Amino acid sequence: MCLGIPGEIVEIEPDRSDLAKVDVSGVRRAINIGLLEGERLEPGDWILIHVGFALSKIDEAEAKAALEFLEGIGQAYDDELAALRDSSIDRG
Amino acid sequence: MRFVDEYRDADKARALSARIAELCEPGRSYKFMEVCGGHTHTIYKHGLEDYLPESITLVHGPGCPVCVIPMGRVDDAIHIAGQPDVLMTSFGDMMRVPGGRGSFFDSTAQGADIRMVYSPLDALKIARREPDRQVVFMAIGFETTAPSTAMTVLRAAAEGVTNFSIFCNHVTIIPAIKAILDSPDLRLDGFIGPGHVSTVIGCRPYEFIAREYGKPLVVAGFEPLDILQSIYLLLRQLAEGRSEVENQYSRVVPWEGNPKALRVISEVMELRPYFEWRGLGFISHSALRVRPKYAAHDAEQIFEIPGGRVADPKACQCGEVLKGVLKPWECKVFGTACTPETPIGTCMVSSEGACAAYYNFGRFSRKRVREATR
Repeated sequence: MCLGIPGEIVEIEPDRSDLAKVDVSGVRRAINIGLLEGERLEPGDWILIHVGFALSKIDEAEAKAALEFLEGIGQAYDDELAALRDSSIDRG
Repeated sequence: MRFVDEYRDADKARALSARIAELCEPGRSYKFMEVCGGHTHTIYKHGLEDYLPESITLVHGPGCPVCVIPMGRVDDAIHIAGQPDVLMTSFGDMMRVPGGRGSFFDSTAQGADIRMVYSPLDALKIARREPDRQVVFMAIGFETTAPSTAMTVLRAAAEGVTNFSIFCNHVTIIPAIKAILDSPDLRLDGFIGPGHVSTVIGCRPYEFIAREYGKPLVVAGFEPLDILQSIYLLLRQLAEGRSEVENQYSRVVPWEGNPKALRVISEVMELRPYFEWRGLGFISHSALRVRPKYAAHDAEQIFEIPGGRVADPKACQCGEVLKGVLKPWECKVFGTACTPETPIGTCMVSSEGACAAYYNFGRFSRKRVREATR
């Protein structure tokens, strides 16, 4: 829950400008981007995600480094990805 | 030799390590606290302490939000979960945290409906789908998760979802650092500042540490090189007689933080007069509660809260570990009665707790074992 995880924006939801479809280590989920006011986000941009919300925009090199760090820590990241896989904040 | 063997930037690390050694004054010892659990993880995983001169000690601080939740609040949450029609939701990290009468997992075994969610938005979604249930979200975390909780409350209010509330346990990092600075137990020379919390609050709130306490603080990233570089920057400040806030992690952390995130926190939440921290006791203005304007989404207004205080188990020394007074392996029950499988204290429950990080990664460091058995 405390881990910031990097994700790549796949698309901005056409009818919900505060939601983006994001790819996190192969898991695609909706992420709320409402806290990144004033950042122009588009597909291909990388963001740092905490519990379903993007907290900052990062560059690709930082995203890669962060992913390496997370993959290295093992269980905690696996748990976070498993939780993300169960998340479905886009529908409902 | 994990670090040198495995890490791709081993040469840079060795170079930094040499420069760190050069900056250390002969005969002087240094204590730096890393506040964030993520940093603790990196330090143990890569055995970073083995690449520092003996005169530098890294002290692990209270930056694991699961670890600082007092047992009484866990009991309060379990009490809420036991009320008719209540469906409690929580991050997975909380599920095994022991209260005075067991953990969330224990109460699900006794029939309480407590579900793990990834995001508070998932909890809100459950509330929309199950209008006959009172859905409560166990909100925990520092300023990294508080904006997400606040955004979710705003969304619930805007949509008129009346069966959604939060049990707010959000804490703020600055008062905890101040409590440690004011504690007579520990003399510190500087701080490795938290990375992700700072993406929200920025670097300015740390300035009093440099100005009023004369201690340098460097906001740091999570890679081994980030931490080594931050230690180098701290030592350079000390060598030059400076105490400032520096931002080593500027590639992610803006100096001013995230203004929108700060705005939504302050729209939905206000400071509590005081809050109990495990190990640190009561700290004034150190936690957040829901503002009266959003009382309809505040579990503390909707349900009766027992609010009892529960003392930590006698054998458990999480308090000392959280304050940085004890190293994990110096705790009496570390690795024997208390393991990640059967945790007694919170520092062993969360993967970011100092004890769990050390248990998982640190045990095989020869230097540390030598120290532990000395």
